[in-house]
This record gives sequence, C-alpha cells and structure tokens, in this order.
Amino acid sequence: MLEFLANLIPTFIWDIWNSLPPLVQYLTIVTWKILFVTIGVILIVAFSTYFERKVIGSMQARIGPNRVGPLGLGQPFADVIKLLIKEVVVPSQSNKFLFVIAPLLTLIPALAAWAVIPLNDWYVIADINAGLLYVLALTSVGVYGVILAGWATNSKYAFLGAMRSAAQIVSYEIAMGFALVGILMAAGSLNIGDIVRAQAGGLSNWFLFPLLPLFLVYWISGVAETNRAPFDVAEGESEIVAGYHVEYSGVAFAIFFLAEYANMVLISTLTAIFFLGGWASPFEGLAFLSSLASIPVVGLLVVGGLHWLFIKMAFFMYTFFWLRATFPRYRYDQIMRLGWKVFIPVTIIWIVVEGVMAWFEVGPWAGLTG
Amino acid sequence: MSRVISYIKTFTLWELLKGLSITQRNFFRKSITLEYPDEKTPQSPRFRGLHALRRYPNGEERCIACKLCEAVCPALAITIESDVSQDGTRRTTRYDIDLFKCIYCGFCEEACPVDAIVETRLHEYHMEAPGENIMTKDKLLAVGDKYDAMISADKAADAKYR
Repeated sequence: MLEFLANLIPTFIWDIWNSLPPLVQYLTIVTWKILFVTIGVILIVAFSTYFERKVIGSMQARIGPNRVGPLGLGQPFADVIKLLIKEVVVPSQSNKFLFVIAPLLTLIPALAAWAVIPLNDWYVIADINAGLLYVLALTSVGVYGVILAGWATNSKYAFLGAMRSAAQIVSYEIAMGFALVGILMAAGSLNIGDIVRAQAGGLSNWFLFPLLPLFLVYWISGVAETNRAPFDVAEGESEIVAGYHVEYSGVAFAIFFLAEYANMVLISTLTAIFFLGGWASPFEGLAFLSSLASIPVVGLLVVGGLHWLFIKMAFFMYTFFWLRATFPRYRYDQIMRLGWKVFIPVTIIWIVVEGVMAWFEVGPWAGLTG
Repeated sequence: MSRVISYIKTFTLWELLKGLSITQRNFFRKSITLEYPDEKTPQSPRFRGLHALRRYPNGEERCIACKLCEAVCPALAITIESDVSQDGTRRTTRYDIDLFKCIYCGFCEEACPVDAIVETRLHEYHMEAPGENIMTKDKLLAVGDKYDAMISADKAADAKYR
C-alpha cells in the first residue's frame, strides 16, 4: 500500500527529498505526523460533542440536534462559529495574564500527550521508552489550568470549583497510578507500543481479564480525572454555577470545552491501549479467520490497525455519555471516600494478587511476564 | 449474610449496571419528540386561544353589549362601552380585551347569550410594539371574519355537549 503510494510520486521529488539534510527530513515527517494527529483529535472532539447530545437525547426519548445540516451533523461547526464571534469578557478584578493563559494550560497537555500514543504498529510520533510516565505526568499537568483559571478569575464560585477539582484530581491520580503499576507488571515495559504488543494474540491476551478490578478503577478514575459526570463537582452547575469557568466566554470558553473533550478522547484511548489491546484485533489468533485477511472489507476485521483503536475509543466515549445520562452527581465527600477508601485499597490488593498469581503461574495470570 | 450480599453487590457494581441497563433500553426506544414547527400536537375544539367576535351570516354583529362577559371576567381584561346605533339597537362602541390581563379561562365565551365572543384555537400570535396587546373591536371582528369557518366547525363539534 505504502510502496504503491511512493511510486505515484515523481522521481524528481524524491531526488529533492533525498538531498535534504537528515534533520530537516526528520522534522518535516514529525511535523506532518503531529498535524495529522492533532487534526484527527480535534475532529473527533468536534463530533463527539454532537454524538454526546444525540446519545443523551436518545436515552431521554428526545431527538437531539437535527437542524444544522443533514441529521444535524453541522451542529459542531455552528457551535464553534458562535463561540468564535462572541466577546471574551475579562473580569476587571482578575489576573489578566493567568486568566488568558489558563485555558491553554488545560488544552496543551491534553494534546501533547498524544505524542507517545501509538495509533497502529508504526504510527507513533515519539517512540520513547518512558511513554507511560510521560502520559501520567501530562494528564496531571492539566489540572494546573483549572486551578489557575479558578484563582485568576477572582470569583468565589470559580475558586470553589478549582479547589474541588484540585483535591479530586490529586486523590484519583494515586489510584490511577497504582492501576498503571499493574499494567507495568503485566507488560514489563513503560513503552506504550510494547504494552500493546504484550497483549497481541487475540481477546484472551488482553489485560482486561486478568486485571479486571484495575481496569474498572482506571476507567472510573479516568472519568473523575476529566471532571465528567457523575464526578463533575468542579463545575457543578446546581451549586457553584459553572465552577472554574464561570467567567469565561467566547474563545476562552471554547478552549476549555475543547480541552475537556480532548481529555475524554485521551482517557478513552489510553484505556483501550492499556486494557483492550490498543490497535490489536480481537479476532487475532483464530485460525479459521486468517484466510479472510486478504478480502478487502472483512479482512480489516481480522487485521489489527487504527480502525480497531478507533472502535475501542468510540466505545469508551459512548460510555462517557452513557454514564452522564444515567448517574446523578456524587456528593463531594463521597467522591473523596471512593477515591481514598475504596480505589486505593482495591488497586493495592489486586497488585499483590496479580504478583502472587503470576509468580505461581495460575490461570489467566500465567502468561503475564510478571 | 446481608452484609456479605451488600459487599458482593457493591464490588460487582450491581446497582450501577442496573441503572445503566435502564438508560440503554431507553436508548433504543422511539423518541417522542414532536418537531414543533413541522409537527403539531392535536388540539381539542374547545381549545381556548386568541379571542374573536362573531357575526350572523347576514353580516350583523352578534354582540348586543349586554356586558355579561365584562362582568364575569375574573381578570378584568374586558372593557365595553355601548351606545344606541342608527337602526335603534344597542351596540358596543368599544370592545377591548387586554391580552396581557386575560387568563384564557373562557368565562366570557360561557357567559355570552348570543355566542358573540369566542376563544379560537389560534395560539401562535405575537405582539411587536407596546399597545398591540389590546385587542380592539375591529381586530376581534377581523379575527372572527377570517376564521369564521373554523370557529363554526368547532362550535358544531362541541354543540352536543352543551
């Protein structure tokens, strides 16, 4: 496929390309890779706002947006245009520099984390060996934007929202980290590509089954980390209006919105990579299906690739909307209780169980490198 | 024992999954939304909307200025002034309904001995300038003339219950 595309390009372009210094070649390729991933993520974010409204609408026996374009598919663009032409109001008592920089501080980590995420066997912007640590670090940095926004706004509601968000993210970060320790033990590597390769070979090799409690803890902590319902006390509109972004409008608000959804896409993708085998196909290793691999459309089901990662990510995005349509908001002390007194003990116990089981090679744990 | 069961339920997320299954079942159910400007809910012939003053088929106004509607109106929305007309009958010279005061109770329609004032099924009307909320006699008669067929049909449909 790729060689076919390469042959389409005339040779003189290849000559120019080969005459460039290697550094320039490298930077060009990386820039294009970054551009593709960023545009892809932003498009997914745009349409996930549409699908969120459609899904929640269906669950409430409503229709959802259907006025802009066919089936309402133009709705995300209408929303963006509306937000772009609105005025950005900066409160007079606010710290203006931090007020403006805070939305960017939430968005940049959410996009930067994609640098180490492998979309398929070879498409990864930076194949670094400490990928998992990098992701853990960047998902934590996102909370600084929320805290700074709450503080810089100089409003009681915003400040309360920021404090709630900070405490919540600190609590759930620990459980999330412990859940990832289980992944490290199972995969034996911090490189995210290697974590996916450790799960190759079909459904039964996915970490979902031996690490089921860690999967649940990781996923629920992920929902809490992104400040989504039912953990959305940071914006809790019934108590503190809109929390940390109460005074934001126009483009600044749009960036907060973009960051929230980019974080959701990121958490969904990470959960798919850590527990559901990333780009790997669930039908791998089934002998009778391997003959189908050469058939155009059906073959895609058998072969792993970007489409499988996308399907798994889309499932978790759906779950985000599903949770939001189902559960009422947690009370603040219940969130803290869940994080500290349930999730952290559960993860620690399961890491011990996993270690013991892998050591004695029991059941599904036998295959883990431990 | 009940403690054990409650622990099992907690850690298998039993109640949460039950809740999720309810929303998922509703997800596949048909939505009940009516897309308003394109689709409308059915209306009763008794619907009480915008007011109208009716005429007899020969063009004569039904209203005889008895002021029963003015007297019965609980919101004091109706103002009537009357005089003797050229043919010697008593007629209104002024018949105003303030739509902001009106509570659309339909008492005026009930009180009217000659079926002159009626409430039609029109509910999609608006005002653009201050003062347009006052329905004068001319405006009421114009509504009655324009929707005469509809009003007569609604009256006929409801007649056997009166």
